[in-house]
Amino acid sequence: MQWETVIGLEIHAQLATKSKIFSASSTEFGADPNTQANAVDLGMPGVLPVLNREAVSMAIKFALATNAEVGKRSVFARKNYFYPDLPKGYQISQMSLPIVGNGKVHVTMEDGSEKTVGLTRAHLEEDAGKSVHDAFQGMTGVDLNRAGTPLLEIVSEPDMRSAKEAVAYARKIHSLVRYIEICDGNMQEGSFRCDANVSVRPAGEEKLGTRAEIKNVNSFRFLERAIDFEVERQIDILERGEEVVQETRLYDADNDETRSMRSKEEANDYRYFPDPDLLPVEVDDTLIETLRKTLPELPEARRSRFISELQLSEYDASVLTSDRTTADYFETVLETSGAPAKLVSTWITGELFSRLNKDSVELPDSPVKTDRFSGLIARIHDNTISGKIGKNILDQMWASDETADAIIERDGLKQISDSSEIEKMIDDVIAANPDQLAQYRSGKDKLLSYFVGQVMKASRGKANPGQLNELLKEKLKS
Amino acid sequence: MHKQTIAGIRQSLTSGEYTSAELCQYLLDRINTSQINAFIDVNPEQALQAAAEADRIRASGSDSPLLGIPMAHKDIFCTNGIRTSCGSRMLENFIPPYDATVVEKLAAAGMVCLGKTNMDEFAMGSSNENSFFGPVSNPWDTTRVPGGSSGGSAAAVAARLVPVTTGTDTGGSIRQPAAFCGITGIKPTYGRVSRYGMIAFASSLDQGGVFATTAEDCALVLQEMAGFDERDSTSIDREVDNYCEGLNQSLKGLKVGLPRQYFSSDLAAPIAESLQQAIAELETLGAEFKEIELKNQHLSVPAYYVVAPAECSSNLSRFDGVRYGYRCENPVDLEDLYKRSRGEGFGREVKRRILIGTYALSAGYYDAYYLKAQKIRNLISQDFSNAFSEVDVILGPTTPTPAFSLGEKSDDPVAMYLNDIFTIPANLAGLPGISVPCGQVDNLPIGMQLVGNYFKEAQLLNMAHQFQQATDWHTKMPESVV
Repeated sequence: MQWETVIGLEIHAQLATKSKIFSASSTEFGADPNTQANAVDLGMPGVLPVLNREAVSMAIKFALATNAEVGKRSVFARKNYFYPDLPKGYQISQMSLPIVGNGKVHVTMEDGSEKTVGLTRAHLEEDAGKSVHDAFQGMTGVDLNRAGTPLLEIVSEPDMRSAKEAVAYARKIHSLVRYIEICDGNMQEGSFRCDANVSVRPAGEEKLGTRAEIKNVNSFRFLERAIDFEVERQIDILERGEEVVQETRLYDADNDETRSMRSKEEANDYRYFPDPDLLPVEVDDTLIETLRKTLPELPEARRSRFISELQLSEYDASVLTSDRTTADYFETVLETSGAPAKLVSTWITGELFSRLNKDSVELPDSPVKTDRFSGLIARIHDNTISGKIGKNILDQMWASDETADAIIERDGLKQISDSSEIEKMIDDVIAANPDQLAQYRSGKDKLLSYFVGQVMKASRGKANPGQLNELLKEKLKS
Repeated sequence: MHKQTIAGIRQSLTSGEYTSAELCQYLLDRINTSQINAFIDVNPEQALQAAAEADRIRASGSDSPLLGIPMAHKDIFCTNGIRTSCGSRMLENFIPPYDATVVEKLAAAGMVCLGKTNMDEFAMGSSNENSFFGPVSNPWDTTRVPGGSSGGSAAAVAARLVPVTTGTDTGGSIRQPAAFCGITGIKPTYGRVSRYGMIAFASSLDQGGVFATTAEDCALVLQEMAGFDERDSTSIDREVDNYCEGLNQSLKGLKVGLPRQYFSSDLAAPIAESLQQAIAELETLGAEFKEIELKNQHLSVPAYYVVAPAECSSNLSRFDGVRYGYRCENPVDLEDLYKRSRGEGFGREVKRRILIGTYALSAGYYDAYYLKAQKIRNLISQDFSNAFSEVDVILGPTTPTPAFSLGEKSDDPVAMYLNDIFTIPANLAGLPGISVPCGQVDNLPIGMQLVGNYFKEAQLLNMAHQFQQATDWHTKMPESVV
């Protein structure tokens, strides 16, 4: 039987506010346990939550960026359950009236195809603390630094049909929240977490199959693997004629499998009810318009502009706009180098990215910033150096803080564009290779590249490749 | 000196008749020898220090109205460095590292806190019999209850152990004990007094207030307690009226509503008679009376006993034995830690209400109980708002009977709950209410309740004060007070 996979994602994006959603404690990551938890975060008796308006603004920005409805009146509710890292015995979240309503997200797949994923809603809530199970013999430690950190839970429609689509959607949201600067997107630190609701059904069937919710996925690679594993597991079950159990499953990256965490029967009754300590959040149009003005150009608009105004390919435009830092880097270099967009794009997505990848460094931490990179591109663009030499220079720049110009000057790498000089080198090479010349002239065209290589070598890579080609062809003819 | 009102004490302090430190020492001695169990903790050291400080400030020329005036806080208000038990074993050893806003404000006004008063555990009760620290006796008759949940606060003022106490009122916990103890107690509009640092029972109903022997003293203290607090999102950002300024206004033309439902034949005869006399008295002062309808009145107790337990079931989840408060001995695992810490740390009534509330919020019951109760709550508010389009103040009994005997209703929670039938509606609607002594039966005080429109505390205090200028019920004291 043909099976169809149905996936919906719940993404928890930690909002980049300075203080917590209901208290003035810092949200900084990595502090000593319980040093960033005040009386409110600790759930002390009598203390009360006070809403951080910044978190509301960020949620509204998300709504604007996804063309989603802004909840004009949203209500915080209590989700009641007991756990040691949940100090109040309830989590303040939003239930029936979320801050963000229906929206749509356009996703470009690797093969260039487009996919639209519906957003069901996004709501504000506080994070829980952390239970530390391995630090104390026979006991569990509780660190409440994270308790009360603002989260935006972004819930999609079950619109994705493969792990790849799910990953593309998750990456899109990841890019978007960083674009509008409401989340740092750091998956290792847990600032961006995905839960996947996965089910399968016979192809053509309308009714959704029983789903499993996969939690604890902290990278896009794991998300893809977890979903693939889960889909196979469910198909196996169904093909054996058994039934999928509705349950929560944990992804175990070490064994690359999902494992049952709790079934529906064991699930908590969270007894949601409106939090009487907090007033409903009323959002007026003035606030929405003010926030709209603060939004940067969004990735989609930027991508279209790169295609239409800069004549970049769809693929290049997508890669460059996949996150804001890259797009900003590109545009800065484009502007300051004076080089054409295609050249800048090729150098960023090719040479720059490969070096970043090799060193496992993110663009913001690149040793070569826009000013030096732009200096290099300018020299390639004005033919001072060839692309090949440019790559060597970039390597040197990578390991030092020298500019391209300084390296060119010091090493005398300036491209030779004086035709008489190039001609002389060609003459020498031809003279030294009579056999190859004879073969070439008898029709072995392929030997052209041999001659190019020899002349390049003689020029120590500095000969202007365009000129060299032309002159060489001329000389070999006669 | 223990029989003085704030104004009297202030005069004595100003004239140098005695110092605040002397007065506090005198009252601390009275508290020590008192047998009514009104206090959970007495804090002589901090109190005398604060009194001495007040005396120093006075010596340097200040004479703010509450400077050096002794008081006590209900043990539901968190006091920095001083145990705050909320009447529970759960918090028997809990010392908060912060002050409630009310505590902060009254300290800033120069008041001297002598100790923490007894109360029903987590403010759940109408008799003060649910305290882990033992019941409080009514100073008028020590075999009777002082009312609850602020029973210690009311009894302390009635026994003239302290001129002023704070209380909280979720379903009548200030007004009912004020009535049982023959003193004045006001619950302001919901949101008028900050709830920050006031241990929550039912957040949408809880409101801090004050007990004193007179409406004037209540006005003086409420003036300092009231106001917006950015730490409490439900407190209301609105200017506080001057409560003392209007006390002497005439009641001429004041329209007073008498809810037909409050004066049914079920009302104990002596209470009905006392109220009729009070009404006659107020008429001579110029008030005009008319009968009004509060037709959903009978639904208030059932609605309350869904909403309040629902909120309490969630509010009390934080008492889990993990971070502070009672923790059971040698828990074998997490489940055991929770079950025994909460099972052993909470008393019966608290557990009963947690169970009721948990049930009411459960999947499948939420609509039938919680949502329905909220709808009733809206209807009750609507009844009041209709009434207030016709009248300024609503008058009725505070309680259906005078103080009942200790143990009388301990085994019958519903009978106990029905004791709050007249006070609960104001909480459900968030309206201000005051209870004023208006008579006696068999040497037990009777209270008259006045309910005003939102933020009309000044009007209630004015009416109560005018009544007290014309009557002497508020000056009557239990025999034990010499």
